[in-house]
Amino acid sequence: MNKPLKKMAVQATINGESTAFLCSPGQVLAEVLRDELELIGTKIGCNTGDCGACSVLLDDRLVCSCLVLAAEVEGKSVQTVEGVANGGELHPVQQKLLEHGGLQCGICTPGVVIAAKALLEHNPDPTEEQARYWLAGNLCRCTGYDKIIRAVLDASKTMRGEAA
Amino acid sequence: MAVQEFISPTSLSEAQQVVGDGAASSWLAGGTDLLVGIRLGARDPARVIDLKQIPELTAIEIDETSVRIGAAASAFDVLHNSDVPSLFPGLAEALNLIGSTQITGRCSAGGNLCNASPAADSIPALIANGAQCRILGPDGERTLAVEDFVVGPNQNALASDELLVELILPRPAVGTSDAYLRLTPRTEMDIAVAGAGVSITVDESGICTAARVAIGAVAPTALLVEAAAQAVVGSQLDQAAIDGAVAAARAAATPISDKRGTAEYRTHVVGVLVSRAIANAQARITEARS
Repeated sequence: MNKPLKKMAVQATINGESTAFLCSPGQVLAEVLRDELELIGTKIGCNTGDCGACSVLLDDRLVCSCLVLAAEVEGKSVQTVEGVANGGELHPVQQKLLEHGGLQCGICTPGVVIAAKALLEHNPDPTEEQARYWLAGNLCRCTGYDKIIRAVLDASKTMRGEAA
Repeated sequence: MAVQEFISPTSLSEAQQVVGDGAASSWLAGGTDLLVGIRLGARDPARVIDLKQIPELTAIEIDETSVRIGAAASAFDVLHNSDVPSLFPGLAEALNLIGSTQITGRCSAGGNLCNASPAADSIPALIANGAQCRILGPDGERTLAVEDFVVGPNQNALASDELLVELILPRPAVGTSDAYLRLTPRTEMDIAVAGAGVSITVDESGICTAARVAIGAVAPTALLVEAAAQAVVGSQLDQAAIDGAVAAARAAATPISDKRGTAEYRTHVVGVLVSRAIANAQARITEARS
């Protein structure tokens, strides 16, 4: 078991940029993002797909990056929280989380931002119930969720061009 | 993780070649069970073979007689297919209950079936719809009904060099619909205490002409309960017939007691779920006719 693992070369588009990295065959995407690519916005919480802190978009699909092998993303596109803001301008989801106080310790926040952005791209006008179900896989131990949900629904209004 | 090798074949024949050379391999579909199993030390494959680059494994195809769902097609893709959720609303209900949005984006009906949890949501719904497993092995293909595919808790009928290629569901006959219900202590992110999938056919006069009833999380494997179907076929789905199906489902259940519920509670609940699932399927048929 001690024989050195053969590293694999992977080419993917990460936050819009063509990126090459090396990974072990069993290494998960979350680990590569943080340890190899220094994209430490993505957090690792449970490492078993239960908490949502490592949420990223894989070819525009919301996934837990702890449950994706890094080798699987060959040729695919990955978006992490680092790719959400447009330069210095926050995405409406980020801005509204700030305004509503939808975060405290911040560990869940990158995953919430990615998951909420995916929700609003998929469904621009969600009901509160739809937003709560969509985000059920993003655990937060601080806010009690209410401020997160208010922020997401407010961001949906902004993104639809309605006054808040 | 001690995975030594990751291989991503692009055809069924290539997949068969790589699995046949003796290394301890695991097939990878959505990975939502496999990667957790590796992380927790329950699985230790030297080699992981990704199935998602093989076109047959992720395809969803519909013709006049059947619906074929590639074993690695994600629940998200099935749920957003233009036809499958309306043909099989109960199967869609079951797939939508597997974990969070993140998990649904990756997990597959085929993977849920191969993982063979007694509480798997999609299995009773597949059984209720008469789904067949198309299995490819070194000596050719075989077909197995879903109710015969799972042989014990977390054990399936595949040999180590066999591959589940796709699930084949017969197209529902006129006047047919399905439903899946489960009980969990909370509304999301939990595992079934009990589950029930049913498919029924009702003719113009309101007589039930065909039925399949399957129950989950109340036995080592999901069960097809033929006696429950027999209780309603030929009836107007009146209370006496429903009571017969409920009693048959409870008689077939052999649950364990654990932190999610006692055996007695599960036995009671599975009957309630069968009754409500039949009512839901019946309502869908009535609505489609109106």
